[in-house]
Amino acid sequence: MENFHQYDVIVVGGGGAGLMAAMYASRTAKTAVISKLYPVRSHTGAAQGGIGAALGNLEEDRPEWHTFDTVKGSDYLGDQDAIEFMCNEAVQAVYDLEHMGLPFSRTADGRIAQRPFGGHTNNVTGKPVRRSCYAADRTGHMILQTLYQQCIKNQIVFYDEFQAMDVLIRDGKVAGVVAVELATGELHVFQAKAVVIATGGHGRMWEITSNAYAYTGDGAAIVARRGIPLEDMEFFQFHPTGIYKLGILITEAVRGEGGILFNGKGERFMEKYAPRIKDLASRDVVSRAMYLETRAGNDVNGQRFFYLDVTPETVNKYAELDGRTRPDGTPYRVTAEEIRSKIPDITDFCVTYLGIDPTREPIPVQPTAHYAMGGIPTNKFGEVVIDSQNTVLPGLYAAGEVACVSVHGANRLGTNSLVDLIVFGKHSGLRAAEYALGADFTPLPDDPTGYVREQIDRLRTGSGKERAAQIGRELRSTMFDLVGVFRTEEGLTQAMEKIQELRARFREVRVADSGKVFNMELMQTWELGNLLDLALVTTRSALERRESRGAHARDDFPARDDVNWLKHTLAWLEGDSVKLDYKPVVITRYQPKERTY
Amino acid sequence: MQVKLRVFRFDPEKDQKPRYDTFIMNVDPNDRVLDLLEYVKADFDPSLALRRSCAHGVCGSDAMRVNGRNYLACKVLVKNLNADTITVEPLLGLRVIKDLIVDMGPFFENYRSVLPYLINDEPLPADGKERLQTPEQQMRFEETTKCILCAACTTSCPSFWADDRYVGPAAIVNAHRFIFDSRDRGAEKRLNILNEQIGVWRCRTAFNCTEACPRDIHITQAIAEVKKAIITGKVE
Ligand SMILES: Cc1cc2nc3c(=O)[nH]c(=O)nc-3n(C[C@H](O)[C@H](O)[C@H](O)COP(=O)(O)OP(=O)(O)OC[C@H]3O[C@@H](n4cnc5c(N)ncnc54)[C@H](O)[C@@H]3O)c2cc1C
Ligand code: SF4
Ligand code: FES
Repeated sequence: MENFHQYDVIVVGGGGAGLMAAMYASRTAKTAVISKLYPVRSHTGAAQGGIGAALGNLEEDRPEWHTFDTVKGSDYLGDQDAIEFMCNEAVQAVYDLEHMGLPFSRTADGRIAQRPFGGHTNNVTGKPVRRSCYAADRTGHMILQTLYQQCIKNQIVFYDEFQAMDVLIRDGKVAGVVAVELATGELHVFQAKAVVIATGGHGRMWEITSNAYAYTGDGAAIVARRGIPLEDMEFFQFHPTGIYKLGILITEAVRGEGGILFNGKGERFMEKYAPRIKDLASRDVVSRAMYLETRAGNDVNGQRFFYLDVTPETVNKYAELDGRTRPDGTPYRVTAEEIRSKIPDITDFCVTYLGIDPTREPIPVQPTAHYAMGGIPTNKFGEVVIDSQNTVLPGLYAAGEVACVSVHGANRLGTNSLVDLIVFGKHSGLRAAEYALGADFTPLPDDPTGYVREQIDRLRTGSGKERAAQIGRELRSTMFDLVGVFRTEEGLTQAMEKIQELRARFREVRVADSGKVFNMELMQTWELGNLLDLALVTTRSALERRESRGAHARDDFPARDDVNWLKHTLAWLEGDSVKLDYKPVVITRYQPKERTY
Repeated sequence: MQVKLRVFRFDPEKDQKPRYDTFIMNVDPNDRVLDLLEYVKADFDPSLALRRSCAHGVCGSDAMRVNGRNYLACKVLVKNLNADTITVEPLLGLRVIKDLIVDMGPFFENYRSVLPYLINDEPLPADGKERLQTPEQQMRFEETTKCILCAACTTSCPSFWADDRYVGPAAIVNAHRFIFDSRDRGAEKRLNILNEQIGVWRCRTAFNCTEACPRDIHITQAIAEVKKAIITGKVE
């Protein structure tokens, strides 16, 4: 067979999770990474604020507190065994990154600098704790660069600009991956004993989003079409501070450094919703507060946005009111220069895209689609589990944003995705290699590229009555309006109908470019198909969940309902319909309590 | 406002030579040039090929020439260009594969040649914690850590156009990032590599790179610091 490759472990995705997995798998097993983007283009590079770990470099902190904050942040839907594991491992993971060369910002005594972040607290006082380890406001960039550098050092094999389109499964075991080489349009078959999916999220189905164009949920859609369920897809995080209209993220670190949110009346509205930690409440809480303020007519000029003010005058005024101090006990006061040095990239975004200097003028912000809590179900070793009994599918692993371990439950805390990538990326890589060394290759199915060719043929031979771009636009506005921060039975039902209509219309699309070399039209149309599949699963899961929890807020069921809904959703895509089942949440130490900040 | 967008087109499977397609469109002055290219794909010609991902200047995918100068298409707004005709072309000095997509192979090869990773085989701190580094030591090389490997600098450099074996500014920036990191022990090796014929001495201080860098890295200065380290044999 032409274009045939054989590896013990294939990692699909070259972001933070994929590179970690590859580095650890390659220590013992023959490993390669397939990535549709050059690895350094991955969205991990966009992460700004930091990576959470209880190093305690500036004040007392403990992994148990990180664990509890994460459980609470998840609105008790996170699996507590996995959360505890992650928060314990986080500390070593951050030291490992430093040893690999990551240029963290430093404290005066030369240690890794840390700052407060939403939902991270001292469990005794309830006050914000400095837990987010950072490299200015480009922590993700530094993680991605550092891991890529280490991969070069360790001579990891990369198939850059290869896009995976199918995972091959035979007799209940993984057999390999089919990918298209973008530069030639050729299909390649990678036979592998173990496959790690690390393809990132799917936030491109919403109109206002912080997510990259590449965030089209390929990995989740590929496995869903192969009969694997997706977990908790109704939980998608809207970050409260996206740049108005553009969606570009303004990290929570801006509030960590003292920035304050104001409504159209100039009120610090978070005081009403989170009296204790105010502007640093969890993201779901702040996004919802903005929605409620908008509904009450308190947005700025009736235009559905708010102001995030990080000018020194405002920061200092409220730091004084809140009695905020520095680690040495002196009052917290800042200058414009200090703010700029803490958030240089954010300053640059504001200047470039808004023409404003954030140390002089407030930033107009609105909630922006940000992070997929749901995804491919795994256990804490990264093994993909395919039913409510947590049955493992041998050889298949998932890590990073595409996976649902679940450590984020109904709402992810800031800085916890980067922890997730590093910890579960590493462990899925180790597990995959260990498994591969004890396993044989599963024989490939008879026509390994058959299903991919079928999908491509369909896109090339449609009637051409419909245009992909128009379907994409309608999908994004439907999802933003009806499956966004607040949801209702009526809206979700309407969204279901619309998505079905769009799916039917999608079958009439025809890709005009018949070429092979970098046929981006073909690939992007295929990606739209992935989003349509995941939108269906998301909306159906959301319609069924008749409660409000974390990022899933139902106007018609405003309360959390632990009696009926303290459980994970599992959703199987079956053609144009979705089959649902549920599995229990793992609760070890922390019984669900009411969640206030 | 109305603009005339001229886009370089080349399909290796069909075309003998490149051409320019022109699109007249109504745009917002605040639109990014990347938005314009996406409008072309959505409403005029879906076959237009380019690389892009983050759309806000952090992934390095969409460096290209806009009105004759290198930019990230997602980081230059229509109003910044002060022109009603906008011409978009692929980077110079790298082979065009299709439309705005160039072969990044030589660029990444040059990058890898300078050993762009931390070299330090000394034992880690006994407590297992971080190696210490003062804020001053960290600030010494912070600027060059910002590089996103977009190639805007290297492909604006006349020395690189003349010979693509020249490692180019981006590779030197990434060498600088390690040479001046107090935790690194590989400076000598890298300085030797950069002292070779295709190394830093090809730099003629044209300053094009510094102007092109979307991350505002003072590249010419970084190169000068590397040159100085080679000459003096001291990393300061
Ligand atoms: C603006 C922004 C700021 C953020 N800030 C923070 C923060 O401060 N702290 C934090 O903890 N989290 C943050 N996050 C979240 C976090 O950055 C992401 O969740 C995380 O980086 C995802 O990493 P990943 O490895 O799963 O995916 P990515 O880094 O996105 O990598 C996905 C990889 O998969 C590849 N891929 C995708 N599809 C295919 C396919 N079909 N075939 C082959 N390859 C494919 C891509 O090429 C890419 O290499 C932020 C997110 C955004 C958008
Ligand atoms: S130095 Fe600047 S222009 Fe050159 S590759 Fe890096 S970011 Fe791009
Ligand atoms: S698309 Fe990422 S830098 Fe422009």
